[in-house]
Amino acid sequence: MTTKSAYVKFTKEMKKDYTILVPTMLPIHFKMISDVLSTYGYKVEFLENIDGNIKESGLKYVHNDTCYPALLVIGQFINAINSGRYDKNKVALMITQTGGGCRASNYIYLLRKALKKSGYGHIPVISLNFGNMEDHPGFKLTLPMIYRMMYCAMYGDLLMLLSNQCRPYEKHEGETDNAVRKWTDYLIEEMRQIKNIKYSHIKENYKKILDDFAKILGNTKRNKVKVGVVGEIYVKFSPLGNNNLEQFLLSEDTEPVVPGFLGFCLYSVYNGIADYNLYGTRKLYAKGSKLIYKYLIKKQLDIRNIMIKDYPQFMPMEDFDHTRNLIKGYIGIGAKMGEGWLLTAEMLELIEDGVKNIVCTQPFGCLPNHIVGKGMMKPIKENHPGVNIVAIDYDPGATQINQENRIKLMLSNAKAENEKTEVNA
Amino acid sequence: MIIKDTKNRTENHLLLGIDIGSTTAKIVLIDSGEIIYSKYERHFSQVRQKTLSMIKEIEDLLKGRSFTVSVSGSAGLGMANAAKLNFVQEVYSTAECVRCLAPDTDAVIELGGEDAKIIFFTGGLDERMNGSCAGGTGAFIDQMATLLNLSNEEMDKESLNYKQIYPIASRCGVFAKTDVQPLINQGATKADIAASIYQAVVNQTIAGLAQGRKIEGNIMFLGGPLYYCKGLRERFVKTLKLDDNHAIFPEYALFAVAIGAALYSADSEELDYTELAHKLEESLKTKEKISSMPALFEDKNEYQAFIERHAKDNVKTEFLGNYKGNAFLGIDCGSTTTKLVVITENNEIIYSYYSSNKGNPVEIVKEQLLKIYHEFSKDINICGAAVTGYGEELIKTAFHIDFGIVETMAHYTAAKFFNNNVDFILDIGGQDIKCFKVHNNSIDSIMLNEACSSGCGSFIETFAKSMGYTVEEFARQGLFSTAPVNLGTRCTVFMNSSVKQAQKDGATVQDISAGLSLSVVKNAIYKVIRATSIEELGKNIVVQGGTFMNDAVLRCFEKEIGRDVTRPNIAGLMGAYGAALYAKNHQLSRSSLLTKEEVQNLVHESKSIVCKGCTNNCRLTVNIFNGNERLISGNQCEKGAGIKIKDEDKLPNLYEYKRNLLSSYKSKGGKYKIGLPLSLGMYELYPLWHTIFSNLGFDVICSGFSTRKIYTKGQFSIPSDTVCYPAKIMHGHIETLLEQDVDAIFYPCLSYNINEEQGDNYYNCPVVAYYSELLSGNMDSLKKTKFLYPYLNINSESNLSKELYECLSKKFDGIALKDIKRSVKLGFEEYSAHMNRIYKEGARAIKFAREHKKRIMILSGRPYHIDPEICHGIDKLATSLGFVVVSEDSISNNIEVPILSVLNQWTYHSRLYAAAEYASKHSDTQLVQLVSFGCGVDAITTDEVRELLEKTGKLYTQIKIDEITNLGAVKIRLRSLIGALEERGQ
Repeated sequence: MTTKSAYVKFTKEMKKDYTILVPTMLPIHFKMISDVLSTYGYKVEFLENIDGNIKESGLKYVHNDTCYPALLVIGQFINAINSGRYDKNKVALMITQTGGGCRASNYIYLLRKALKKSGYGHIPVISLNFGNMEDHPGFKLTLPMIYRMMYCAMYGDLLMLLSNQCRPYEKHEGETDNAVRKWTDYLIEEMRQIKNIKYSHIKENYKKILDDFAKILGNTKRNKVKVGVVGEIYVKFSPLGNNNLEQFLLSEDTEPVVPGFLGFCLYSVYNGIADYNLYGTRKLYAKGSKLIYKYLIKKQLDIRNIMIKDYPQFMPMEDFDHTRNLIKGYIGIGAKMGEGWLLTAEMLELIEDGVKNIVCTQPFGCLPNHIVGKGMMKPIKENHPGVNIVAIDYDPGATQINQENRIKLMLSNAKAENEKTEVNA
Repeated sequence: MIIKDTKNRTENHLLLGIDIGSTTAKIVLIDSGEIIYSKYERHFSQVRQKTLSMIKEIEDLLKGRSFTVSVSGSAGLGMANAAKLNFVQEVYSTAECVRCLAPDTDAVIELGGEDAKIIFFTGGLDERMNGSCAGGTGAFIDQMATLLNLSNEEMDKESLNYKQIYPIASRCGVFAKTDVQPLINQGATKADIAASIYQAVVNQTIAGLAQGRKIEGNIMFLGGPLYYCKGLRERFVKTLKLDDNHAIFPEYALFAVAIGAALYSADSEELDYTELAHKLEESLKTKEKISSMPALFEDKNEYQAFIERHAKDNVKTEFLGNYKGNAFLGIDCGSTTTKLVVITENNEIIYSYYSSNKGNPVEIVKEQLLKIYHEFSKDINICGAAVTGYGEELIKTAFHIDFGIVETMAHYTAAKFFNNNVDFILDIGGQDIKCFKVHNNSIDSIMLNEACSSGCGSFIETFAKSMGYTVEEFARQGLFSTAPVNLGTRCTVFMNSSVKQAQKDGATVQDISAGLSLSVVKNAIYKVIRATSIEELGKNIVVQGGTFMNDAVLRCFEKEIGRDVTRPNIAGLMGAYGAALYAKNHQLSRSSLLTKEEVQNLVHESKSIVCKGCTNNCRLTVNIFNGNERLISGNQCEKGAGIKIKDEDKLPNLYEYKRNLLSSYKSKGGKYKIGLPLSLGMYELYPLWHTIFSNLGFDVICSGFSTRKIYTKGQFSIPSDTVCYPAKIMHGHIETLLEQDVDAIFYPCLSYNINEEQGDNYYNCPVVAYYSELLSGNMDSLKKTKFLYPYLNINSESNLSKELYECLSKKFDGIALKDIKRSVKLGFEEYSAHMNRIYKEGARAIKFAREHKKRIMILSGRPYHIDPEICHGIDKLATSLGFVVVSEDSISNNIEVPILSVLNQWTYHSRLYAAAEYASKHSDTQLVQLVSFGCGVDAITTDEVRELLEKTGKLYTQIKIDEITNLGAVKIRLRSLIGALEERGQ
């Protein structure tokens, strides 16, 4: 039974001249993914610059106990609308929607509430989801679009993975960022030009990207202390959400290791399969999910295999099916709200890859994280002595110094350990 | 003292360690392994200047020598960066110090100004710090001492003479404070309160940091509070059951971090005195980027205009001449202060008093009454007296005051006097923020701050003191800040660390003072009122409360809302003034107030007892006046107060009814004992699981309703401090079941709840759904039994049967699928019969209320909120105030689901929305929403429920509940609600 009040729809007319704003979450990925829309005739703008005090606006328009990501996303939108850059009558917003049991499924509604409160109730909000949750006549996610977006996500993961492994070791400051910028611009442009995507070409691009980053790394041994970052998807990836955590880790002379975005997609897809296995519900949906899951895994493995074969200097892209299986003995595959079992799996994956220091990021008061993050630390640490995990809460009132002080504590120990092993080696 | 360092760092070296904590600075100088100098001082947030001056003091010792130096401490990082000195994380420093000085230590507990740390050495090094919400320790004790009007030394001394320990919420400082306040008001002795506060710190440290890891062996205690407070030491030693040989309180407790920093400096570059002094001086110059806001006043003229505007505000000036005639007394016995006024027939004030109630309001009022009788006895005739505030009952009983009125009414009466058109009143007091809108001459909507955001007046006071200023002086400093610091708006704990950060960045006292004022204001506007536009607040705003006497706060408020407001010159006395006006309006011929002689002879004693009325075991404070008159407080129901109610006069209470239903399920015995922990989702589905297992031949053991004791049993294995109380209490229920040697414990994982087809989906919240996963990973004691937590589908008999079969047949012999199928069928039948009983009783309650003209309250929470420990007897309180209490699930079955502007994704919340819809359509029905602290889901539901109710002009009342056992604040809310309803003639 649907009990929701009506929402402003994105109509066909709007498609012609409305600018669709996309929030910052994964800076590399979302930029490319949102640009796919422009290939299909939408006017899209990825919000890169930060207008005014986003936190303050968020606090003003969203219940203060709502998770920090919602506060930031909504604050960013409202400030962008207020910035004067867009015609307030020709602008639409886009936000992702998952529909699970976590309160994140309510973000889109909170955004609409906030718009109404701030006098922008007329602005349409498009739900970006893969399950037909809402009806917008002017916006259809077609298969070719999804296909392209998928490759953008692949590119994004590869670029993120490589840049994290190069940046700490680059000889000329900024060359890694330049390479990332060069490639995102290039790939965006290429996506716009190419009519039919050939997988062989994409694989060639992977290699070219790998070659480029291999040059940056050169013969340098990646011997800095590695620090894994897991957590709620927004604060894990968005510098806005995690107070520039990656930057901080770099400044502390460590190598940040951030499991990719594809993992979250695969996790979401797998939940369709798990639901059927556990509860016997939605058989067809599960079948479809299984096909997509296998397909995506294959694509991921292709990158992984290229990396293992020809680029041993890099830590390869993960094998998600393997990662998924690591949770046995820790948490059930049915724990699927928020980041669910994925978060636990990623911690275990990092440890298996030799990353013994992990920052587990979460918005203050994140419900799933009580269980899948903080709740799993004890058993993980018990089974892996020597592993350090620090849980860091993010919210509008938390201060950077408190967060950094706790990470510093972990790093002090990690560096001492690293020196010991270097001496022994 | 000689330091033996295995790494030879000390030999022939001069090492300097600097430790800058949140409130104090410590330096240590080690010469060839000997500590030749050490100093400990408060830095009053002048971090960089203080360091420089401390170094200058030891110029003689450093001159002409080369040495190495490291900085450590939570406020030391910024200074170290600015001065380009080596920095070492403080816990890391401590560990190094202990390794060198006392290598046989097994664990260290270190409490600082705001941090708490535990380091485990034996069995794998593990260093832990409190999370961002775990509250201060040293700063918290400071704040509590201020509250008790004692110095830290006096509080420590008092605590040693304690007789009993009261339960005080141990999660975070702010919560503890809400527990302490009523104890003070109820007249508990300072000795007992002081010891209880220390015990709360101990519990917090152990529960929050050790998280299941046992603290045993040689335990070393470090840091300021543990060095100075003997009472705190005693609590730790007793709680951890340590003897003298295992509890180590070293003489260097204050300097462990500095010593560790000094040791670590050995690897850094050598320098000499001139170089160090130069570096520190340089650090004074660099001011790091601070998030700051515009000054409060652009120039002197603007300030002058502000002062003049408020001076000539339409406020009654105080009466100066001699007065003869009738007079009226008003007393506001607040949480931290007592206010008292005497007014004339013309509403003029002839006497007023405002002071901290110093932990004993009865004494204060007695003193004041005597003073009044003495000064005016011949001239005035007190014809009426009224009292309001937290201590209302106590003072009313003690002095035979004529009227006791609820705070909101008192404030409204006073505000109306100053501005007849008042439509919005904001009162920020020492402990709480109250605000209400006025519509059609009645109070329309009441908002009180939740315990978590009470960064109010007393907070500024404590801060002022910690920086060495009086409140007035501190406020004055703030007025002329050029760049107020942006400190955020969350609870005190967060503000403390924001201030720490600002100090680190070199902000001045002026900037911090102005920043705090702004935080208080923003906290009120955005967190309590949750305003998005000024129009929402109103046109005629009256601000009051002691905190608004602070001009910086007043200015910040006006600036923030961009509108001028009325601040009466008696802003701090409004409650008392309103009470006096109330007494005057009621025109008694004679007041029952005690006469001068009676006041003189008044003897007040108080003692604490434990109520034996039911299993709640409330701790009661019995106040005895003149040896015969008694007032009992701290009770959760009428039993504690010694009142007996006949059965037929009892108002229907669905909470009680549901509890009785659950209690009526009895075990029939069986081969295997299966334990069902009664919290979270078990409250909803207990009839289902009980029936299934009973029919399968299990002996079903229930952990029973929660008690504080049950909570404490499992407190030690809670990994996430900020999860809701109903989840945390699960740990205790598991322990309770294990004590009964059960063969298995069952609490399934349920992503999906029962589908009642009233929402867009029917999820459980993540905590209800998966808490078993957490229990399994964190409770070692569960290894003693079989813990069964399968993922189940409870919307299909056949699937559930299959899934249960798979789970149970592996663990127990002789389980057949057909038996399971039969039991599951019976289970669902019972569950549905159970729900029907609840619907029927709900209908009966409503019918009863309408027949007997009683108000109906939908006390709307989750199924587990009926637990007596979790809801703290709020249901009984409501019936004692004359409400018929129904639960959300007893009426939600027959209601058309309202149109919502949020996703209706959880089953329990669908019921809530339906209940709100019902309340919005019935004038005799009020909805009061119970919200567990930490419930993320309710961040979404509360706004929606409020909207649903306000659409039809209904009042919305929300009560946040946690471990807190104090009902005082809840009572004020409910009485205000009644007051507002009466005003509206409902």
